[in-house]
Amino acid sequence: MSQQKMPGTDRIANVGWLKANEWLLLRRFSQLSILGVFLLGPLAGVWIVKGNLASSVTLDVLSLTDPYVLLQSLFAGHVMQTTAITGALIVLAFYLLVGGRVYCSWVCPINIVTDTANWLRKKLGIKGQGMRFSKQTGYWIFAMTLILAFISKSIAWELANPVSIVYRGLLYGMGSAWLMIAALFLFDLFVSRRGWCTHLCPVGIFYGLLGSKSILKVTAINRENCNDCMDCFSVCPEPQVIKPALKKLTDDKNPLIQSGRCTNCARCIDVCNQNVFSFTTRFNKQDGMHLHQQKEIMP
Amino acid sequence: MTEASQKARAISRRQFMSDTAKTACGVSLFGLGLGMYSQQARSLPPLAIRPPGALAEDQFTSACIRCGLCVRDCPYDTLKLGRFGGEVLTGTPYFTARDVPCEMCEDIPCVKACPTGALDPELEIIDDARMGLAALIDQETCLNFQGLRCEVCYRVCPLIEDAITLDLQHNPRSGSHAFFIPTVHSDACTGCGKCEHACVLPEAAIKILPKKIAKGQSAEHYRLGWEEKQKAGESLVNPDVEHKYNLPQGVEYDHGGKGLINEKVDAVPFGGNALDTLKQHKADLQ
Repeated sequence: MSQQKMPGTDRIANVGWLKANEWLLLRRFSQLSILGVFLLGPLAGVWIVKGNLASSVTLDVLSLTDPYVLLQSLFAGHVMQTTAITGALIVLAFYLLVGGRVYCSWVCPINIVTDTANWLRKKLGIKGQGMRFSKQTGYWIFAMTLILAFISKSIAWELANPVSIVYRGLLYGMGSAWLMIAALFLFDLFVSRRGWCTHLCPVGIFYGLLGSKSILKVTAINRENCNDCMDCFSVCPEPQVIKPALKKLTDDKNPLIQSGRCTNCARCIDVCNQNVFSFTTRFNKQDGMHLHQQKEIMP
Repeated sequence: MTEASQKARAISRRQFMSDTAKTACGVSLFGLGLGMYSQQARSLPPLAIRPPGALAEDQFTSACIRCGLCVRDCPYDTLKLGRFGGEVLTGTPYFTARDVPCEMCEDIPCVKACPTGALDPELEIIDDARMGLAALIDQETCLNFQGLRCEVCYRVCPLIEDAITLDLQHNPRSGSHAFFIPTVHSDACTGCGKCEHACVLPEAAIKILPKKIAKGQSAEHYRLGWEEKQKAGESLVNPDVEHKYNLPQGVEYDHGGKGLINEKVDAVPFGGNALDTLKQHKADLQ
């Protein structure tokens, strides 16, 4: 079995492993520290944050609520109290600012599971997509969760939602939630490449809808330097979002990655040895930034 | 348009239709399964009790977002969240009275913590909570029903004398003792579960059940004669006929009161000595 060349090898050789994984490390730090702050309560009795991703209270002041759960509850026929509505609006505003699917790549614990599965998939040299899903599948599932809430008059999706089940499991007692993690890991490893997060998960669809209107974007600003090494496509969980920006396929040919499906995970920034990508706002449609300017945006 | 490209388009349209149909079918099947599961999972196990102020179960499943904030703010660790794969609907709060009952905090922190209103914020006085209803469901093992004086359930009740009273009944076994029957009153019982928790038996004879299981319902058209009589001030049917007792002269009977009344004992025609009676009779004749 011929070992695939792992994406980012060139960049690692060029700038070192740490620098070539800085965004990945930051994301893992973000995911784990959010979970860590939640866990401080039940494990150490330090109650900075109570609750879970569905709804939480920080320092007894800040109430946050997941707008997707709120939406399902609304379809199920319940109008929330103002605490939950305000909390959901704050969360909405936040993700409209930083990018909808930042939830997926910077917060969601399942992302660590599926990223690991995908990494192992590459290491094991499993090629191809595996089981294919039509592009619309996630949207169908998303619609189904709302229709189901409406028909069953209950937030039925929460019975199967791996994101909340795992998070709640870690904070309140796992039950059989380990099985859920194992199932998703094996599914993404052997059955379908990036099957769950990219093709099926309705939570990602919801935040993706927000993301199509969000401010913070990745831009292929130095696309002139691209040497078609394909590392960004290889590492991106949603590779179809890169092409329009990189290859000037949009109407106004601007270098912004505009699709809401982009998770702002910044792995493309990590692996690109030509420094093509960087973060910017949706209003900056400028092409070809000088390298010294780009440095300022790097962490 | 060339024939070949037309053909390609037709194929891609066919492909699109079949993809869509496949996806729709797959997702619908998944949805059906999930829907069925959610309906099944809704039937709460009878011994799992929702927190105070919880909406009726069908509304509750639409309102509770499974965040567990009520669990966090419960000072007695009474509340738990249903675990994935467990009996109680995943992520929803409940407690088991036999393990840890509700301590009925006056400030009701669990209700205050709920961000969605699944625990109704209009519940302001904990005595108004109706989490379930205590039911003394096993008279065969309840010690008080054997004529003993256990009545721990009565003593621990936070609403003693309102939610549980001890009703006296004659004990025909001994003939001279009373049964102290613990009696639950649904108009006051909050379903906190302290009685079930405290029951001294290995398996509690008094249990908190959902009200719809524990409570019967009187038919709407039923009228109890004695209550109607009291309301109206008189009998609504035929006027009451006073019961007559056929008793010896000078003896009366007070029903439900003193019983046999034998006041005019002097007037009894026969005294202790038969000879005196005969003499008296003779004197009367003269």
